[in-house]
Amino acid sequence: MAAVRVEEVLAAAEEQEAEKRRSVTVEKELELEFDLGNLLALDRNPPAAVELRGAGPRREALLRALARDNTQLLVARLWELPAERAGGAGGPLVARLPEPAFRLPREKPPPRPRPPTRWEQFARLKGIRRRKRTSLVWDEQAKEWRRRWGYRRAGGDPARAWLAEVPEGADPEEDQFARLRREKRERVARNELNRLRNLARAHRAGTAVPAAPLHPTGHQSREELGHVARVARVSTASLGRFQPRLPKEPVEPPSRSGGRKRRFEPLLGNLAAERSRQLELLRDMSSKKPVLDITRAVNKQLRQEEAEAAAAKGKKQSQRGKRGRRQQGAGGVSGGLGGPVPPSFAGTDR
Amino acid sequence: MRPLTEAETRAVFEKLGRYIGENIQLLVDRPDGTYCFRLHCDRVYYLSEKLLKVAASVPRDNLVSPGTCFGKFTKTQKFRLSVTALDFLAPYAKGFGVAAKSTQECRKVDPMAIVVFHQADVGEYVRNEDTLT
Repeated sequence: MAAVRVEEVLAAAEEQEAEKRRSVTVEKELELEFDLGNLLALDRNPPAAVELRGAGPRREALLRALARDNTQLLVARLWELPAERAGGAGGPLVARLPEPAFRLPREKPPPRPRPPTRWEQFARLKGIRRRKRTSLVWDEQAKEWRRRWGYRRAGGDPARAWLAEVPEGADPEEDQFARLRREKRERVARNELNRLRNLARAHRAGTAVPAAPLHPTGHQSREELGHVARVARVSTASLGRFQPRLPKEPVEPPSRSGGRKRRFEPLLGNLAAERSRQLELLRDMSSKKPVLDITRAVNKQLRQEEAEAAAAKGKKQSQRGKRGRRQQGAGGVSGGLGGPVPPSFAGTDR
Repeated sequence: MRPLTEAETRAVFEKLGRYIGENIQLLVDRPDGTYCFRLHCDRVYYLSEKLLKVAASVPRDNLVSPGTCFGKFTKTQKFRLSVTALDFLAPYAKGFGVAAKSTQECRKVDPMAIVVFHQADVGEYVRNEDTLT
């Protein structure tokens, strides 16, 4: 009895050991590719396609097992890395990761190339190329190689220059030191100004809205034409202030709030004019005759004519298409409708 | 306070026209002074030019009622005439009467029922002897 018991116990222990080892060892056909710098493990083993088809608990179980196995392998590799204790003897064990091999794609789009500055444009035009200057210059006085600018520069310390000659034709009473200082300040300021201007130009070029030009074919929406007309009006040297108005253009200037605020007549405006306007309104209301708006009548007539013309064209094309189809018979390729049929007509054709 | 826009003026005149007909121009164009309509907090007021000039110097929050209130514009921009306009409309009214039935009853009643009583004063029969049947 006891012997059987012992055997049983040993067998159970053996099974437990095997179990533990099984949970740690993973069998794979193809070895995984590791990029420990990115903590990346690539598994190229083809999965069991049958199992993966269709959502379900079997698929979930397979995927989970796959993930567990691959993570096990990755962690095993991580444990093989050289590690050290961070923060002294009692700190956590930290592994030193190698350089990442896998290049991740960009998060944001690459920067646009900035437009050339005024000098760059000029240089390109003239064909001036940049000459690389040496950083060290031979200083004759000190008889050694000195920097071109900066600490211990070649021309001697400018702060300790004790002589400033009065140039020919200059005012003898003028303070030359002050003049030099002032000129240096002006140079620096001009440089800074140009740098900021180039920056502003580059920034403006980046955010410029392309103006919708006039279409050569003439198919342009009414809003586009209005917008272009308004832009053209303001594109004069005095920003459209002295531009004569077109015959039907409204008089009021474009409001700064973009049409959000309503404008009313002034409170104590011309009361006589207000009275006459109201009397005229009363007369119109009581005349019991529909007031003829010439513009609206003309537009309505034009639209009607256009609609009729479009309908006639559509009818002709469809008739031609039908005849063509009948002549060709069962050949297959039919003339069909010669062109785009206006939607208003397509319904009535049948 | 501001003048009425064209649409608002039209709405007001239409409503007034139902009560006094063509005589609105007598309100607009008065021989004894310049009167005008002004809008303040959605209410239409009728006031003389002299009063207007004085009322213009009152702050908007403190101004309660410049002139006489004729009516107001509702949230959906319909004009409702108010009883305070009666004094101005009475001289030109197309007629007066007393409602015989309430509004709801008037809608349900048959076509031949009486809805308005015209209350005559003592001398009306004598005045309109020729026109009355």
